[in-house]
Amino acid sequence: MSITAYELSHLDTLEAESIHIFREVAAEFEQPCLMFSGGKDSLVMLHLASKAFWPARLPFPIIHIDTGHNFPEVLEFRDQVIEKLGARLLVASVQQSIDDGKVVEETGPRASRNRLQITTLLDAIEEHRFDALFGGARRDEEKARSKERVYSFRDNFGQWNPKNQRPELWNLYNGRINQDEHIRVFPISNWTEIDVWQYIRREKIDIPNIYFAHNRQVFSRDGMWLADSEYVTRTEDEKVLTRKIRYRTIGDMSCTGAVDSDAETIEQIIEEVSATRITERGETRADDITSETSMEDRKKEGYF
Amino acid sequence: MGLLRFATAGSVDDGKSTLIGRLLYDTKSIFQDQLDSIEATSIQMGNDYTNLALLTDGLRAEREQGITIDVAYRYFATPKRKFIIADTPGHVQYTRNMVTGSSRADLVLILIDGRHGMTEQTRRHAFLTSLLRIPHVVVCVNKMDLIDYDEQAFEAVKKEFQNFAMKLEIPDLTFIPMSALHGDNVVSRSPNMEWYQGSSLLHHLEQLHIASDRNHIDARFPVQYVIRPQSGEYHDYRGYAGTVVGGVFKVGDEVLILPSGLTSTVASLESFDGPVSEAFGPMAITMRLTGDIDISRGDMICRPNNRPQSSRYVQSMICWMSEKLEFEPGMKLAIKHSTKSSRVIVADLQYRINLDTLHREMDPDSLALNEIGRASLQTTEPLFFDEYRRNRNTGSFILIDEATNATVAAGIIVGSGV
Repeated sequence: MSITAYELSHLDTLEAESIHIFREVAAEFEQPCLMFSGGKDSLVMLHLASKAFWPARLPFPIIHIDTGHNFPEVLEFRDQVIEKLGARLLVASVQQSIDDGKVVEETGPRASRNRLQITTLLDAIEEHRFDALFGGARRDEEKARSKERVYSFRDNFGQWNPKNQRPELWNLYNGRINQDEHIRVFPISNWTEIDVWQYIRREKIDIPNIYFAHNRQVFSRDGMWLADSEYVTRTEDEKVLTRKIRYRTIGDMSCTGAVDSDAETIEQIIEEVSATRITERGETRADDITSETSMEDRKKEGYF
Repeated sequence: MGLLRFATAGSVDDGKSTLIGRLLYDTKSIFQDQLDSIEATSIQMGNDYTNLALLTDGLRAEREQGITIDVAYRYFATPKRKFIIADTPGHVQYTRNMVTGSSRADLVLILIDGRHGMTEQTRRHAFLTSLLRIPHVVVCVNKMDLIDYDEQAFEAVKKEFQNFAMKLEIPDLTFIPMSALHGDNVVSRSPNMEWYQGSSLLHHLEQLHIASDRNHIDARFPVQYVIRPQSGEYHDYRGYAGTVVGGVFKVGDEVLILPSGLTSTVASLESFDGPVSEAFGPMAITMRLTGDIDISRGDMICRPNNRPQSSRYVQSMICWMSEKLEFEPGMKLAIKHSTKSSRVIVADLQYRINLDTLHREMDPDSLALNEIGRASLQTTEPLFFDEYRRNRNTGSFILIDEATNATVAAGIIVGSGV
């Protein structure tokens, strides 16, 4: 920790704010849970949670909404991290929701399980009676998120109402809810993409290897490189080729684009991210560029 | 590199969105796909120019109606500092939004259209800034390009504001003449205003000294969470986790715990990264004490010779934020102060502030949405607090309606007693 004249660095300030939020939730809620995707933001979240409760173990379980369309490297990585931490992992499966007839699989070349996750997530919340769910969303990611509170109230349908949010003052968070309602909590709301990378470098946090440049079989769609996988149906024009790419975000194989890159170290990733002129979601998420308000619309239905 | 949080306040059409857009653009914090997207939307909406307000107005209703509903947070960084902007809309519900957006701010930017001088809105913004004890205020006299970059015009606005500010408490007040549209004095000094000797806005934001704004005198540690691992290795471990909100704690310090009044000594200050020898705000740490004392969430750790006030009677300024409910004597509400949750009854409502004249309207029946007044509250258990002017953390609270769980007020403690 760097200390000059009782002033903290920006990373120390952000870290302290996030730890405060984790502890506040653990103190005030009965059944919190941490949503984990295996991506960089959720790994930073896990690291912050470990710090908040050290030397005790996490006082809440971790939940992964498994779409069945994950990168295999990320699933493997997830299991290693959870085991190392000694944490309790719950997996809620979109495939199960489909098999149970609760949701219907989309069809066509652009079929994605992105929206189907909402039902799986909300069912899991109901089943486990979670009253607070930590998420790794950041306000710099997307414009709907830039208006969302750190404690984001969800009604008994899991819905977000952007027009009726509780004012959030000082660092006093209002976590009062009725039965069947819950709060989504975003401890890294005020972090930016570059803060996350600088923190990963400083704290030496392990991340899945697909964040680093590697050769992969990809094809081009909507200006993005999508991995050739069993989860995507290619059209005849979409030819597969091998390119040196890396992932800037991690989501489903069906809708997460890769970027051309030679960045093989965290240092090089930070250089690349500092120089880029395109946002991470704009560059790599097919699910976000379907419309101007697609994130807001999904959040209103109960999305992360 | 440190962090500076600032809020922006302005009236309609005084160029606030343009200024934020320019700060973000010139520090390379707007990305190409964001620009493309707002350009496309601007064309679709029939605007003649790229509407930078669309960067922050992200919600469907805002885009459709061309309004800003709520506080939006934006981020940018220079090699010297990282900045968090709370962008608060000027018109509808401005009090609620501005209080929310500024509650944690180190600095507030108040924009004034140089052609028109101060407006009712400006006076309200200045008052709220003073009420919330924002340590630094920058008044941006904007649209200087439309008044020929005239020094006299700038001086007139400056004088008008200074006269008004004499009635308020604003510790650090800076005036910058600028044209956000053309970038004059935003990132670099403008050649159009050689008569202006001060810094550009960005330079000012980068250089401002804020470390001493925090209270480093009155040691305050509200216990947030008790860490008890109950594992073999840490069998008897008991640590008090929390965020330091005032003063400095050092290992070996004698401390006093409220409400018990017992004393102990700081045995260690711990974190995941190892022990530290001292802790200050806003560090989130774990404190271990000597001896076996029963301490739980809501307790306050301080120094024996410097303790906060402890009382069930609190004098406060209330900013009322509910559309559905009015604040009135006899009302019962939930309160969250520091790490303590309790209940209050409104004992008395002494006056309401007329935000246009700043006059006190004595003995009002109630406070409606966006109104501010002074009230005495009685709590069900003692709160450990300081006056807000001494400590923004231990001097603030929120009130919650127990029926709807909505946050209905921001409270600022001005004293104790009935």
